[in-house]
Amino acid sequence: MRYFGRLLAAAATLVAIPALAQQQPAPAPGQQPAPLEVSVTGGVSEPMPIAIPPMPTAAVVQTPAGSTDALGRQLSDIVANDLKGSGLFTPLSPGRLRAVAFPEVQAPAFDFWGGTGAQALVQGFVRANGDGTLTVGCYLFDVSSRIELTRQGFVVPPSDWRRAGHKCADMVYTRLTGEGPYFDSRIVYVSETGPKAKRIKRLAIMDQDGANHRFLTNGQSIVLTPRFAPNQQSIVYMSYVGKVPAIYVYDIGSGRQRLVAQNVATTFAPRFSPDGRYILFSMATGGNTDIYRVSSQGGAPQRLTTSPGIDTGGSYSPDGSKIVFESDRSGGQQLYVMNADGSNQQRISFGGGRYATPVWSPRGDLIAFTKLGGQFRIGVMNAGGGGEKILTNGWQDEGPSWSPNGRVITFFRSGQGGSGKADLWMVDLTGQVENRIKTPLDGSDPAWGPLRP
Amino acid sequence: MMTKFTTLLAATALVAIAGCAKKPPAQLPPAPSQTGDTGAGTQTGQANDQMTPGSDADFRRSVTSNTVNFGVDQFDIDPTARAILDSQAAWLARYPNVRATIEGHCDERGTREYNLALGDKRANSAKNYLVAKGISPARLTTISYGKERPVALGSDESSYAQNRRAVTVVLN
Repeated sequence: MRYFGRLLAAAATLVAIPALAQQQPAPAPGQQPAPLEVSVTGGVSEPMPIAIPPMPTAAVVQTPAGSTDALGRQLSDIVANDLKGSGLFTPLSPGRLRAVAFPEVQAPAFDFWGGTGAQALVQGFVRANGDGTLTVGCYLFDVSSRIELTRQGFVVPPSDWRRAGHKCADMVYTRLTGEGPYFDSRIVYVSETGPKAKRIKRLAIMDQDGANHRFLTNGQSIVLTPRFAPNQQSIVYMSYVGKVPAIYVYDIGSGRQRLVAQNVATTFAPRFSPDGRYILFSMATGGNTDIYRVSSQGGAPQRLTTSPGIDTGGSYSPDGSKIVFESDRSGGQQLYVMNADGSNQQRISFGGGRYATPVWSPRGDLIAFTKLGGQFRIGVMNAGGGGEKILTNGWQDEGPSWSPNGRVITFFRSGQGGSGKADLWMVDLTGQVENRIKTPLDGSDPAWGPLRP
Repeated sequence: MMTKFTTLLAATALVAIAGCAKKPPAQLPPAPSQTGDTGAGTQTGQANDQMTPGSDADFRRSVTSNTVNFGVDQFDIDPTARAILDSQAAWLARYPNVRATIEGHCDERGTREYNLALGDKRANSAKNYLVAKGISPARLTTISYGKERPVALGSDESSYAQNRRAVTVVLN
């Protein structure tokens, strides 16, 4: 996807009419309008009311993704759903919106929008280009001070049209919150169906909002714990194919799979290093599980832990210098941090109960984990230990994975009893905003991929 | 286990009747999947094998149990498990050419990856006991299913106790 920031070169000519005609009342002398921003920290702040009317098109054109006027309606829905899902925005209901004429895109009817209660306004347009691509323009306005805050244009192939909506939502989110973007990203997970005693598990991939869902494996073998490669071109996961539990790399483009470590014992819990050069994994030999790393090109694994207990579930710090992992060397499962070469292993979890599945935030500041007591709950703590905060309260909430901006965590929630059902959820760092991700079947082991380029 | 055992006996009886009639079935059953993960104690053996000495069906009928159970987050072999494994070792000693795999399983109260490691510990505990009783380690493999293949489906102590297990499966 190509996109350009401040200037919509192509759009400027087309959306020519009112660019000069924008009438803005000058603020009274000495009176600075308060900057429009959304607080993402602290207590529960009121979500910001935001208007996202359907994006008009200058000319209705049929494209492989649908007609441009229908796409405009769907794109504004994508932006609204993304922003609403963050918990920081309240999009105006459709009944309170008004149709935006194409020439109005850059010159909003501020008098109208001011009366809706919206503090921010997102307008845009859709255009089919002669080369078969689509251009989506995205503009953010401050309604009370009547100024444009930012704009971006996105040129996408029709197959990627939803990404333009996510990119637009990311633009709005980053401009108003100061946080990094995360909506244009994907989740790989394990789709589940069938009776609890014999779940059929398939790798599946989808956009973070559940769209563009695709199964990657056929369910003949148990598959577990997929993780994206940093370049998003492959996925590392564990499979029982041939009744030999081992880790494989799945190439998303070709669908080919290869075994990571040949002729070794049971391997599991794989994760890529942030630079993609290594795969961290656990290996069980003769009843002892330790953490190893191997070049992602293959070769001999290097052992990083040597405790006689269970060491597993490693996760790299974003700079690749450290690894957080779980170990029961002190009795129950607890979290430890070590250098990437295995040296200097230090325990960081000291609260009551057991801690498992640590995952380092992409921002580096926090570690998410599963806390085990009577229930499983998702929590976070500081990377150096301490500052523990529990975010969820399900029967069994397990396996956190961070959004690309380190503000949201996806996990899976298992039901109690005989159904064996599990589904995918997201929770934000306040613990106040929790959404289920809709999937065609049940789901577990979600792993959030990086922001797409 | 009792329920399963009853089902198995019933199945055996049916097979016996069919065997007497010597009539080929109208339709052959589908071949068992070579790659599928059936997990513990699922009865995938061919009907005829159930009467074959040295088969998994023979093993399951001959030993005290093909399954030993474990305490919460434990992998040690207790006296009950010892008696079961003694009977397994005796049977395996009778058929020195037979190989077996030991499946380790966990209840659902552990996280997925930890349970893979714990299931491996349980399978190896059972294997090590059999080896100590004279069974060649070359005849025994292990595999951990973690919490992926429970036999009891409830979220209660009784189900958990049944699911914490190591199952010896004779490879035919």
